[in-house]
Amino acid sequence: MRRQQPPRPVRDPLTRPVERQVPPAPRSRAMHAMSARAAQGRFVLQRCTECEAVTYPPRDICPVCWGELAWADQPRGATILAATMIRVTTDLYFHAHLPWRIGTVALDAGPVAIVHLHRDLAVGDRATMRLMLDKGGNAALFALPEQEGNPMADPQWREFVVPVQDRAVLVTDGDTALGKAVVRALVAAGAHSVLVGTSTPGVPMPAEGDPEQVRQVPLDLTDSQSVTHCIAQLGGPIDIVVNTARFVRPGGVSAGGRLLHQQRALDVGVLGLLRLAEAVAPVLAGRPAGAFVDLLSIHALVGDARFAGFSAAEAARHSLLQSFRHEMRATGVRVLSVFFGAIDDEDHQSVPFPHIAPDRLAQGVIEALASGREQQAVGDVARDLMARWLADPATTNRENNL
Amino acid sequence: MTDPADALAALVDGLAAGAIRVVDLTNTLSPDFPVIVLPAEFGQCAPFRMEPVSRYDGDGPAWYWNNISMNEHTGTHFDAPAHWITGRDLPEGTVDRVAPRDFVHPAVVIDISAESAADEDFVVTRALLEAWEARHGRIPPRHWVLLRTDWYKRVGTPEYLNLKADGAHSPGPDGDAMRFLVHARDCVGLGVETVGTDAGQASRFDEPLPAHTILHGNGRYGLQCLTNLDKLPVFGAVILASPLKIQGGSGSPLRVVALVAGRAG
Repeated sequence: MRRQQPPRPVRDPLTRPVERQVPPAPRSRAMHAMSARAAQGRFVLQRCTECEAVTYPPRDICPVCWGELAWADQPRGATILAATMIRVTTDLYFHAHLPWRIGTVALDAGPVAIVHLHRDLAVGDRATMRLMLDKGGNAALFALPEQEGNPMADPQWREFVVPVQDRAVLVTDGDTALGKAVVRALVAAGAHSVLVGTSTPGVPMPAEGDPEQVRQVPLDLTDSQSVTHCIAQLGGPIDIVVNTARFVRPGGVSAGGRLLHQQRALDVGVLGLLRLAEAVAPVLAGRPAGAFVDLLSIHALVGDARFAGFSAAEAARHSLLQSFRHEMRATGVRVLSVFFGAIDDEDHQSVPFPHIAPDRLAQGVIEALASGREQQAVGDVARDLMARWLADPATTNRENNL
Repeated sequence: MTDPADALAALVDGLAAGAIRVVDLTNTLSPDFPVIVLPAEFGQCAPFRMEPVSRYDGDGPAWYWNNISMNEHTGTHFDAPAHWITGRDLPEGTVDRVAPRDFVHPAVVIDISAESAADEDFVVTRALLEAWEARHGRIPPRHWVLLRTDWYKRVGTPEYLNLKADGAHSPGPDGDAMRFLVHARDCVGLGVETVGTDAGQASRFDEPLPAHTILHGNGRYGLQCLTNLDKLPVFGAVILASPLKIQGGSGSPLRVVALVAGRAG
């Protein structure tokens, strides 16, 4: 009864597989600070706290006056000064992606920088700068045409993002309101196939009304055997995994918490992530643009006393994701954390508005993939809490749990 | 009466010679074996889970073993009287206190498979039991009463739990039938192939969940998720059902087997 996935082109099975390389990794502490901000989609450069000169590349001290440097958001405009095509390199990653276009730009923020150049840009053009993460997770400046068409047409740009078009995706807990919204968004974004993991007993497969590229598979993250079997029986490559699984119940620490609920929140959110990551990591590692997207509560950063056990599980999950990201660096697989507040679903009936609509959140997942962002807060509540937490974690924690 | 030592020797000889067969009435305990699903406001039954500790690998080069977890009522399982509020004050109500003599009892098999196939909400009534006795003879005392529904053939499909929008649908007894079996026939307990001794819709009966209420209130037991009841004779099978000795436990997964006279047909 299982529906077949749409066919993919078959390659010569004896062809030597392409080995995935990543760009050079070692970076200075200042560069890591820039990458951490790039991961959030910000466009930042260092500005001197004394002479106000903006500097690039990242440094430890102001090259003009030796003053202290601070990160500041900057205007994104730039003018192309020079362009060239690299045709020879000793770097394994870039060697595999030659020819590679770079150029020199005058940033509106002040400095002149060597940047990755979109193929449509010529000397004298105005450009919009993006601070992207490269395959190795490090910040890199990329110049896009000011009038943005579809940058996905540029193969160089695709190296910095996670394309969804024509890719195979696995969505966990796809039978919830959130899971269904994510599946819809992936189909709308042109995914080649979407495997929908469902753990609900008695759900008919395939579900009625599913589009052609959607297939339901049994997948229960609380069951190691189920996860192993599901991944083993995929019968095809998976490019992107979107983990929407969660178990949300209200409850405190000393009162009102139900141990079985907390246990399940941990089993689904934390151990479930471990089971899933272990099973899919080798599958993703072989793909040209593999990604693992985890949807987690913004209360992973700042606990919520009304949902104490759930928040603790999400905090543990956030920690695991950081380690998982580190492990996947060498493979070029991107690990994305998409944070959000209360969803407009049955789990958050008691939480005051605003709630985020599942479809809006699903759109945030697509945006995070399209911009390659490792850390994305979706919705007003999550964005506000993230901004406050980044600025002052201690105060934000007090404000949320007085 | 036969000398007990001779009787035991005859049993062992019969088993060795194949004249007495052992029929397994147990479903395989696996992570995907369905568990009872209660309305959302109640706590839920945990399914079976298994995590390997080692499998001839670095964590144990020459040995293989797993950590397992489950509810007391997962898979083929035994319900002790303390499982139900009516049986909570009984002195031998928990599995660790169940008298060992109750681990071995004869059984009578009542076949309602045709009725269950025709009506998934089929209700066993006192009238049905009396009509059954008129055909087969009186249900003897201190027997397990096993309801053969052939429901075990649905294991592995959604039709086993048979969840619909209004809950589960599966056959079971009503209150009068249970009082008849417990008080008039002194049954040891009720054994079923479904996930509960009560019918799927029994919480909506005028007298809700009569099997649990009446069985356990009177110190009787339940056996659920049995298989192969169609391979047992109407009379004469002997059930071996010894629950795990869980301190204060309300029930236990277990291996249930039947001893049946005669060679396999």
